[in-house]
Amino acid sequence: MANVLAVTEQRDGALRKTSHEVVWAARQLADAMGGTVDALVLGAPGVDAAGAKLGEVGADRVLVAEDASFGRYSPCGYAGTAAAVAKAGGYGAVLVAATAAGKDLAPRIAARLAAPLGTDVTGVAFAGGKVTATRPVYAGKAVQQLRFDAPLAVVSVRPNTFAPGSAAKAGAPSKVPAVAQARVVVREVKAAGKGKLDVAEASVVVSGGRGLKGPEHFALVESLAKALGAAVGASRAVVDAGWRPHAEQVGQTGKTVSPQLYVAVGISGAIQHLAGMRTAKVIVAINKDKDAPIFQVADYGIVGDLFEIVPRLTEEIAKAKAG
Amino acid sequence: MKIAVCVKRVPDTETRIRIGGDGASIDEAGVKFIVNPYDEFAIEEALQRREKAGGGEVVVVALGPDAAQETIRSALAMGADRGVLLKTDRIPADALAVAQALAAELKDGGYDLVLFGKMAVDDYNHGVGPMVAELLGLPCVTAISKLELDGGKGVAEREIEGGVEVAEFALPAVLTAEKGLNTPRYPALKGIMAAKKKPIEVKPAALGEARVAVTGLALPPDRKAGRIVGEGPDAVTELVRLLRTEAKVL
Repeated sequence: MANVLAVTEQRDGALRKTSHEVVWAARQLADAMGGTVDALVLGAPGVDAAGAKLGEVGADRVLVAEDASFGRYSPCGYAGTAAAVAKAGGYGAVLVAATAAGKDLAPRIAARLAAPLGTDVTGVAFAGGKVTATRPVYAGKAVQQLRFDAPLAVVSVRPNTFAPGSAAKAGAPSKVPAVAQARVVVREVKAAGKGKLDVAEASVVVSGGRGLKGPEHFALVESLAKALGAAVGASRAVVDAGWRPHAEQVGQTGKTVSPQLYVAVGISGAIQHLAGMRTAKVIVAINKDKDAPIFQVADYGIVGDLFEIVPRLTEEIAKAKAG
Repeated sequence: MKIAVCVKRVPDTETRIRIGGDGASIDEAGVKFIVNPYDEFAIEEALQRREKAGGGEVVVVALGPDAAQETIRSALAMGADRGVLLKTDRIPADALAVAQALAAELKDGGYDLVLFGKMAVDDYNHGVGPMVAELLGLPCVTAISKLELDGGKGVAEREIEGGVEVAEFALPAVLTAEKGLNTPRYPALKGIMAAKKKPIEVKPAALGEARVAVTGLALPPDRKAGRIVGEGPDAVTELVRLLRTEAKVL
């Protein structure tokens, strides 16, 4: 019997959505292992309130580590604290969400615990007395099965993959010591545009490609994204051409996304782009070339001039949403 | 300024993946290998820092099979000074085992900076860089898109969901590069010729114990065939109807 430690993530004192996902993933794993779930909340003094609802997504206990330096992400402080908790507690797995912070944090925790690491997994299980994981590699062109041959494994779970259900666990709070360490200090967080959604986390993504003919025409993509409440993505071609920032790139050298709905506008569908979005639940493609590879993965396609189709689509979506 | 850049030999991103006979790795026959694209940003950054400092040394370190000498050679052609190959026939899936070998090599090297790409585009692990930093007890900022160095201090920016973190650290430090940190140069013919004469030291990789077993590798399930709803703007009404009633995503 081994327990699972779920490391949560807060921003400005509020837990991020991925925190519920990671606790839920931990719940599933702990049930398979016959253990319990401890959720670790790291933040500035007063952050304990943020963890109040974690019982509802499966935490038996909520461990709170408070330190004045923990308000923003503190790489070594968070890693040292999580590792100290993990060492003390008889855990079989430490789970972290594979967010920007989690991708940085999980390897540090693994190194401090001398534990094997699995990153950005889409499935985690317990089989034959070992933790196992499923994860996409080559940007989703292949799926790898891993087995961790150690009593403790550190695993980061892909956002938007473990949709949390509900559990009625106690979520009993207790304080644990924070291990502050300031090798790296995040002195500032510059916000992107207000309310701007990140392409890797959004449940709807509208991406544009070369078919838009110029950066000024991305306004079409932005309007459609706005109507859908979607994040804006881009193909490598337009990022390399300097039309859009790299933060928006979807594909093997950009972000891998799994939204509920992915709309590809003027994107032909190069293999490295398809790799990054093929796990979307529903794919819509708009392209003038009916033989474009994007139509091979699209659930719904419209062939034609995007400059006529996209404004019309924006209008009808807005109408549909209003009605 | 003495800088180490750790690079990885990976299949070209345009590669169509075929599964190998062991069912746990790719079939490498006919696959073109390249320098991991993110590592090119790390190499470029190292070269610019050396140029700015008016001197120093850029050492390229790769862990992998003999063929990774070509990967090192590509970095030397861009302008790095010398290479080290930590030789192993197979790169383990255990990032910590790899990080231990790299940390052992880098530990007493007297490096001011150790640079990595933010991840390798084959295994998608983004693990080795920060692990090396932890093993060496050095500050580390990952996936940086901007870097300023002033004396013994550095400030780096890294992109997070919906924003940018500005992080301070002291040298020596480990940094991993995001796309956009700079624009990697293409090796000039002169650089390619010069690279042939630059030294590459080959030694066995002191890998840690590998405790991550790859028990399977498969192609993802095919998406079921989609359909063309129609042509031109007149198809939009039908598309919206399908998204609403059939796909239920609106």
